[in-house]
Amino acid sequence: MTDSASQPRRTPLTHVHEQLGAALTDFAGWLMPLRYGSETAEHNAVRTAAGIFDLSHMGELFVTGPDAAAALDFAVTGEPSALKTGRARYTMICAADGGVLDDLIVYRLADGEYLVVANASNTAVVSAALTERAAGFDATVTDRTAEYALIAVQGPRAAGLLAPLTDIDLGDVKYYASYPASVAGTPVLLARTGYTGEDGFELFAPAADAESLWDAISRAGAGDGLIPAGLAARDTLRLEAGMPLYGNELGPEMTPYDAGLGRVVRLEKASDFVGKAALAERAAADPQRQLVGLTSQSRRVPRHGYPVLWNGAVGGEVTSGAPSPTLGMPIAMAYVHPDVAAAAASAAGRLEIDVRGRPEPATLVDLPFYRRQG
Amino acid sequence: MTVPAELHYTAEHEWVAINDSVASVGITDHAQRALGDVVFVSAPAAGSRVTAGEPCGEVESTKSVSDLYSPVDGEVTEVNPEIDDDPGLVNSDPYGAGWLFKVRLDGAGEMPPGLLSAAEYTSLTKEEE
Repeated sequence: MTDSASQPRRTPLTHVHEQLGAALTDFAGWLMPLRYGSETAEHNAVRTAAGIFDLSHMGELFVTGPDAAAALDFAVTGEPSALKTGRARYTMICAADGGVLDDLIVYRLADGEYLVVANASNTAVVSAALTERAAGFDATVTDRTAEYALIAVQGPRAAGLLAPLTDIDLGDVKYYASYPASVAGTPVLLARTGYTGEDGFELFAPAADAESLWDAISRAGAGDGLIPAGLAARDTLRLEAGMPLYGNELGPEMTPYDAGLGRVVRLEKASDFVGKAALAERAAADPQRQLVGLTSQSRRVPRHGYPVLWNGAVGGEVTSGAPSPTLGMPIAMAYVHPDVAAAAASAAGRLEIDVRGRPEPATLVDLPFYRRQG
Repeated sequence: MTVPAELHYTAEHEWVAINDSVASVGITDHAQRALGDVVFVSAPAAGSRVTAGEPCGEVESTKSVSDLYSPVDGEVTEVNPEIDDDPGLVNSDPYGAGWLFKVRLDGAGEMPPGLLSAAEYTSLTKEEE
């Protein structure tokens, strides 16, 4: 639904990124910072101190009305009606055949008011699907992406540097909870969520206040080692944390079960939902593929689409791969046939990845690659 | 972006410094910026033959991998021993400490054909943007 022929959209913070000298890239129809300097330094800052990200390309879809909860229960695989106000949940929206249209975070803001955060590349598809699925309910779907900036502050020092700027006690904000708050004088929805494997926060702020909020957080965090971080670091951070990326590990050809995320499908919930029959069938069947983690013994990096080899034959495909700054070696996620995963596991995890025509040794490992302490 | 005037260039973003019959080769500032952090360079081994315009190695960065092309014909005499331990030299000093390999040119004393001047390379990279 994105118009690739037109100029990429600018976020409320694109001007700030230009002033910071960022390398900008067209990502899902948006002009986004890929990196400001060294993406490895940005990655390491998030692991050891803190990073600030512009995620304003993400879609903010509001579902409101007396039947908002029921409409969402019908539209997504999870059970948003069971969420308490102020809590959030990771979920998926599937097609009737069980294929994943997008992975989402659903926030219950109030009775009859939900915020659904979609990937930028899927916002239009998700908005259309939610609207269609809400048609039989007293609920309204509104795409308010353009009204919001989304700023993420991630890393072990995120809470400490934000605390003096906000009027709420961050110690009270649990993981996957959200509160209306004031940060540096800006009214925001503050959520303890993220996509980095670290503690951190995501701030939904009015677009007009984005620059002043970014500047205030940057100033407050400079002494703590906070630096701006781009999409390149975000991708290696989420890969180390074993988090799926739509378009790589998730897509219309995959069900949540393929990605090892069957827990997001609530087959037992009271209401019917789109994709239920197909997903129930898939849950009962033998899996056709399995998402696994691989570490490489070569310095040649496995990339998206490279074949995974078992005994010289293709037994799967890499979905994401990168040199891991934290582990100091290349890592990858891949879909492999369950028989291949079992066979490799019984051979100390050893298999190979076809890296541009040359097999390189790799090892099957448990996901995630990285788990933060404490 | 810097493009030193005294060097020669290829359209594949290598630079060449020619001293008598030996050419030093690396990748340009433009290339290292586009690649991002370089994590591994596979350069042609000392003693191997390289041919102008042919792939002779790989440069791996966080986000991508790209082929390394030899700008000249000849025999590799030396590979930068520092790059293996510190591939980030390609980012921090692409025209200096980040050099990749040296080649003894086949046509001694002759200027290898097909190379771009600094001005030609600069206009090429402007076109790409």
